[in-house]
Amino acid sequence: MIEVRDLHKAFGAVKAVDGVGFSARDGEITGLLGPNGAGKTTTLRMLYTLMAPDRGQVLVDGIDGAVDPLGVRRQLGVLPDARGLYKRLSARENIDYFGRLHGLPEDLLASRREALVKALEMEDIADRRTEGFSQGQRVKTAIARALVHDPRNVILDEPTNGLDVMATRALRRFMRQLKDEGRCVLFSSHIMQEVAALCDRIVVIAHGRVVADESPDALRAQTGESNLEDAFVKIIGSEEGLAA
Amino acid sequence: MNKATPKTRAFLTVFLKEVKENLRDRRTLVSAFLTGPLLGPLLFVMMINYALTRELDKAEKPLPVPVIGAEHAPNLVSALKAGGVVPGAPVADPAQAVRKQDADVVLRIAPGYGKAWREGEPVQVELFYDSSQRDANTSVERVTKLVEGYARQQGAMRLVARGLSPGTAWPLQVARRDQATPQSRAVLMFAMLPYFFVITIFMGGMYLAIDLTAGERERQSLEPLFANPVPRWKILCGKLAAICAFSTASLLITLLAFAVVGQFIPAGKIGMELDLGLRFATCVLLLMLPLVVLLAALQSMVAAFAKSYREAQTYISLLMLVPIIPSLLLSFMPIKAQAWMYAVPLLGQNLGIMQLLRGDGVSGEQLGLCLAGSTAAALLAVLVTAQLYRSEKLAISA
Repeated sequence: MIEVRDLHKAFGAVKAVDGVGFSARDGEITGLLGPNGAGKTTTLRMLYTLMAPDRGQVLVDGIDGAVDPLGVRRQLGVLPDARGLYKRLSARENIDYFGRLHGLPEDLLASRREALVKALEMEDIADRRTEGFSQGQRVKTAIARALVHDPRNVILDEPTNGLDVMATRALRRFMRQLKDEGRCVLFSSHIMQEVAALCDRIVVIAHGRVVADESPDALRAQTGESNLEDAFVKIIGSEEGLAA
Repeated sequence: MNKATPKTRAFLTVFLKEVKENLRDRRTLVSAFLTGPLLGPLLFVMMINYALTRELDKAEKPLPVPVIGAEHAPNLVSALKAGGVVPGAPVADPAQAVRKQDADVVLRIAPGYGKAWREGEPVQVELFYDSSQRDANTSVERVTKLVEGYARQQGAMRLVARGLSPGTAWPLQVARRDQATPQSRAVLMFAMLPYFFVITIFMGGMYLAIDLTAGERERQSLEPLFANPVPRWKILCGKLAAICAFSTASLLITLLAFAVVGQFIPAGKIGMELDLGLRFATCVLLLMLPLVVLLAALQSMVAAFAKSYREAQTYISLLMLVPIIPSLLLSFMPIKAQAWMYAVPLLGQNLGIMQLLRGDGVSGEQLGLCLAGSTAAALLAVLVTAQLYRSEKLAISA
């Protein structure tokens, strides 16, 4: 369970996040939708305590990010916007590194790692050094290392960015699987079809503010548009930055 | 979920991973274990050998000197010959010959020499040389000494012929009592040795320091790393330990190499003594340990400031010039070492190593000051770097 209350963050005069609040429940996929530069990444960065908010509160499973940032990070699996891997290490070694930083005992680490390698269908690349990996292989590895400690809450920043159709479909399947396991899945995207296809709940962000927080059906009802794309455009107030 | 019991092994995890990853990087390996630690000793032994053999050669070898007007002073010329000078054919323009380095030194004897000599009047011979040609200085000195020696001898004989004691013309005599030991003479030559050690440490850790901060940020792996439930200072400590491990290994290799090449330096031939053995190596290692940490922290600090790998490389190359300062200072300015100087990082190590080379050893007080001063500086640098690591901007690559 992730709760965000009235977050603010400014970089100089630019108000990147200006009063964002929402909650993402366990066993649901919550989509953070917004045009480029709407403040999605900054919001997520405050969630996994990389940045401290100027104002507002982050609660993950009831733990306050300002009070116990390490506790919050322990409850989270994070695929940040930056997914650099260690190119001189193999995929397995990359995953192990993060598992050990989470303090997993070696036997548990091995079983978790192998389960993820299987679930993400990366057996054939797991022992290769990550230098020269394709975008899809990189994302898989980055997701595996983010989830190796079996977190209840999963944050994915634009997970399908740069992936081809097959990889995107596989990733969506994987996200549904995470949801079925009862996890709280929060992901950001600027692609509305993806959000519409996956989400139980949609949080629309524009200009650093939440402009809608509904189920896809409720969104359609609220705007009176039967087509989600039209609904989004109506909510955001412009077509700028939204990709179909 | 979350069955894991969090243990505090983050430091070790980071350290082991960085060491493993960098052992797989050829450039880092070559720099830390080959060029860094071995270039110094090699360069050193070549320089020293060249300098020594040149000095030895000059002192013993026949010295060709073009003589103008040799026929006017056959006695002087034969005295020079006895001293190992080989009189050569006269040159048309002695100044030009010296400037073009055709000859180290040219001797010109005036046509009036014979007449003046017979009449007992003072005569002049001219020596042409270029003192900015350091190479030629030994030759010039040799010829000067021979000519002066001949003059003095002839003068003494003239006095004796007039029934006077030669002592009347030289009422005062200087007796030189050189207190230099074979080891202390060596120090002059080895003044740059401490710099080699510092540079080795620097090179050993340089690529790691850049890679572990600026490189990791540029490759966008710092943000995911910081999303782990590990305080940033622990991550920094693991990284610093990895840098220190590499630079210490470099230092050990270079000490070993110096111990080996020390055997081949013919220092004994020119009355010097050089001990680069086990005791020397152990003392140097002890003196250098706090410096290892200090340099690792400084390099990481600089790398954390830089926005990219390339920028970090530029800054760190500039940082590399800093440790040369005390070495230059000590070799150009004869400073008498004060106790407080040992507490200054780099300067203290420099003085300590020179003491060791002189064979005087390092006193407990000096060692204590040196270690305390450098350790304090190292701690400060680590704290400042840890503070930099807390910055929000550090993790973000874009």
